[in-house]
Amino acid sequence: MHKAPGPSVWRFGVVSTAVILAVPVTVILSYLLVPAGEVWQHLAATVLQDYVINSLLLMLGVTAGVLVFGVGAAWLTSMCRFPGAGFFEWSLLLPMAMPAYIIAYTYTGLFDFAGPLQTTIRGLTGWRFGDYWFPEIRSLEGAALMLSLVLFPYVYLLARAAFLSQSLCVLDVSRTLGNGPWRTFFTVALPLARPAIVAGLSLALMETLADYGTVQYFGVSTFTTGIFRTWFGLGSTAAAAQLSAVLLMFVFVLVFLERSSRRKARYHHTSQRHQDLRRYQLSGWRSNTALLFCFSILFFGFLLPAGQLLVWAGTTAEGQLDSRFLNLVWNSLGLAGTASLLALMLALFLGYGKRLNGNRPVRVAVRVAGMGYAVPGTVIAVGVMIPFAAIDNGVDAWMRLQFGISTGLLLSGTLVALVFAYLVRFLAVSLQTVEAGLAKVRPSMDEVARSMGATAAETVRRVHFPMLKGSLMTALLLVFVDVLKELPATLLLRPFNFSTLAVRAYELASDERLADASHASLTIVAAGILPVILLSYSIAHSRHVQTT
Amino acid sequence: MYARTPFLLKSVAMLLCISTFNALAAEEVNVYSARKEKLIKSLLDRFTGETGIQVNLVTGKADALLKRLQIEGRNSPADLLITTDAGRLHRAKEAGVTQVTHLPDQTAALPNSFRDPDGHWYGLSLRARPILYVQGRVKPEDLSSYEALAEPTWKSRVCIRSSNNIYNQSLVASMIAAKGTDRVETWARGFVGNFARPPKGGDRDQIKAAAAGQCDIAIANTYYLAAMIESKDPAQREAAGKLRVFWPNQDGRGTHVNVSGAAVTASARNRENATKLIAYLLNDTSQQWYADTNGEFPIRPDIPVNPVLASWGEFKMDTLNLSRLGELNPEAVRLMDRAGWK
Repeated sequence: MHKAPGPSVWRFGVVSTAVILAVPVTVILSYLLVPAGEVWQHLAATVLQDYVINSLLLMLGVTAGVLVFGVGAAWLTSMCRFPGAGFFEWSLLLPMAMPAYIIAYTYTGLFDFAGPLQTTIRGLTGWRFGDYWFPEIRSLEGAALMLSLVLFPYVYLLARAAFLSQSLCVLDVSRTLGNGPWRTFFTVALPLARPAIVAGLSLALMETLADYGTVQYFGVSTFTTGIFRTWFGLGSTAAAAQLSAVLLMFVFVLVFLERSSRRKARYHHTSQRHQDLRRYQLSGWRSNTALLFCFSILFFGFLLPAGQLLVWAGTTAEGQLDSRFLNLVWNSLGLAGTASLLALMLALFLGYGKRLNGNRPVRVAVRVAGMGYAVPGTVIAVGVMIPFAAIDNGVDAWMRLQFGISTGLLLSGTLVALVFAYLVRFLAVSLQTVEAGLAKVRPSMDEVARSMGATAAETVRRVHFPMLKGSLMTALLLVFVDVLKELPATLLLRPFNFSTLAVRAYELASDERLADASHASLTIVAAGILPVILLSYSIAHSRHVQTT
Repeated sequence: MYARTPFLLKSVAMLLCISTFNALAAEEVNVYSARKEKLIKSLLDRFTGETGIQVNLVTGKADALLKRLQIEGRNSPADLLITTDAGRLHRAKEAGVTQVTHLPDQTAALPNSFRDPDGHWYGLSLRARPILYVQGRVKPEDLSSYEALAEPTWKSRVCIRSSNNIYNQSLVASMIAAKGTDRVETWARGFVGNFARPPKGGDRDQIKAAAAGQCDIAIANTYYLAAMIESKDPAQREAAGKLRVFWPNQDGRGTHVNVSGAAVTASARNRENATKLIAYLLNDTSQQWYADTNGEFPIRPDIPVNPVLASWGEFKMDTLNLSRLGELNPEAVRLMDRAGWK
């Protein structure tokens, strides 16, 4: 029999883990204390307003986009029957495998003024520039659309899992009270799924704030582009770090607003009965609309950009499929596998720590540890590099003193530093998912299990694990796909002669050789598809274990 | 203090030393390169083939690599920093992460403006940022200088990328060096007013937009045009075919140019090998290959220019020492912020 560790041991473990993970973000925040001088006056007088307004508008647009796509598709595929519903269940996750800047490149390639579509229109009509209106893809709205198309799966995944786990009884009560499907959706299902939807939305928004590739390419000045411009162009590290700190404040405010609006409301099911869902059978125009809705999202989020990549790979790309390519695949998969497993273990540890000993220091520490997701990858990478190099240089100095030998850098520039950076950046993803899963486990379930004589370990194994399985898989695979796509931290922290698919795709794309980047981009997408299918399967089947 | 050091700690430390020594045993040189792998790897492989010196490579964004060098400090494993513009090399020198390298033969062959006056960095290849115009819609005789592009005749006819880009920052820095901040700021306001669209995309996008009729003038680096002319994609070839090169400021200081270049790091442990690599990149065959493959001009005037580039005619280059671009960079960014150049 295992003996559960005492509360103080837990608390200490959780807080110290969270503190270690919070170091890079804290390093960035510490720059708030360094005076940046008149750089701020310059920024305030010229571009700061643009950064703030554009970032806010972008977040607003992405919120609308991911909620409509994500919640809409989740409701349709989990609660309704219509032709193709089973196919959309898993295929709607595919856009997740598409890096945002890659989809931005493909859309520009297709819809830009100089692209094939507009050129054809001009060829047919004889119009010239200024004679006709066409939506400008490289704009703020365009950036919001691109990000929504690849980020909505976060909301879709978590909302779907929430809808599927909702007790039929609650929905039946709603029906017997005379509510139609729409009313049931808005008054019962949606509020019940709110923690999950908000968790998905906050992931999407944090990733939006951290995005650099898309907004930079579209010429939209946001906080992220501003950070790099200030850092490198103006040469002010302090002001750039302070902009990053302001970015973190955005996130703090977001999280705080959500939490305070939720207050003490709990979202557990209290019913003891749990039956398989009876889905709404859609027919006629309703069925067609549902089909069209889901298909459009899949088409614009995946089929169209992937198709464009395929065309490029087949026609204009120059040979990239050498033996080193296999090496890249291996590196990418290895890193993604390692980081996603570690992130899951950490998330479980922190999530349970918070659940069991949720006092204030623990809650704050866990919250700060999850902030890295909103910070641009390059900034996090620097935040990781500074403490690692400090430790390495410290050890080196000590060794010189003791033995007269130099050890050089032991951890900086190794995969250890890189994986640590992934954990800092993506912990929020696994943490949010695991916490959303843990929220479904009623405290009374623990009490019942324990009162029936189950040990803590047995309770976890026989009660928690079956209920959490779906969330654990989700957390694992979300981080896996995120690491596959990750670019800035990989670029900056990787060891010599080590590369990944994302790096290869970026190097070619950033050199404006979009077509040549297609092989690597497609491989990222292909490598992401298998986890996505596994993920969908695990969610679809997670429900059965809970039925009684 | 020494006596109290735990035994275990000492053994671990010793083990780490041994592994570090092993890693240092082979002849090698460690390179941080802002030049993309595809554009430099085969040349580095040739170097290894000819000298037996293993080249270890990390590529990345110039500013980020520079940051990495700074943070890693005296223990940084990097021996050589390669960037694609002189401004960043100057920044590295200012940050104290480079050191003086003596290359007497190569120095003699390089024009003064393409290397650091103190010998911290050396240019490796050369590119120009001329005015490209759409044949038929613009008469070359109406063009003269960068400065003239602020005139009202060019209203809504100019395509250029964002001022976030280092190439534009360097261009404006070169103008500040020639004319002073106030005059360039006035110019920039007029120039921004002549943009056909808000800046977006890269240099190739400007060429494509001009070819498609969105604007009449594009400003882009020469190697992008060369790469489009030789592209496998017919659409790119067609777009590039519609544009012609105009060399601006020929009656004055000359067309703005920049270099890719290299500097030996202050922490270099393989200093000699790093110096050998720079010398190798500046020898006849490398210069020829490097310039041809990347569509750039050789940095040494005595090496023949690739036929595609030669077809644009000879031109007078701005001889400003490129270190100045680095010095004036923050000034240029502020100026562009004030002028509303996105």
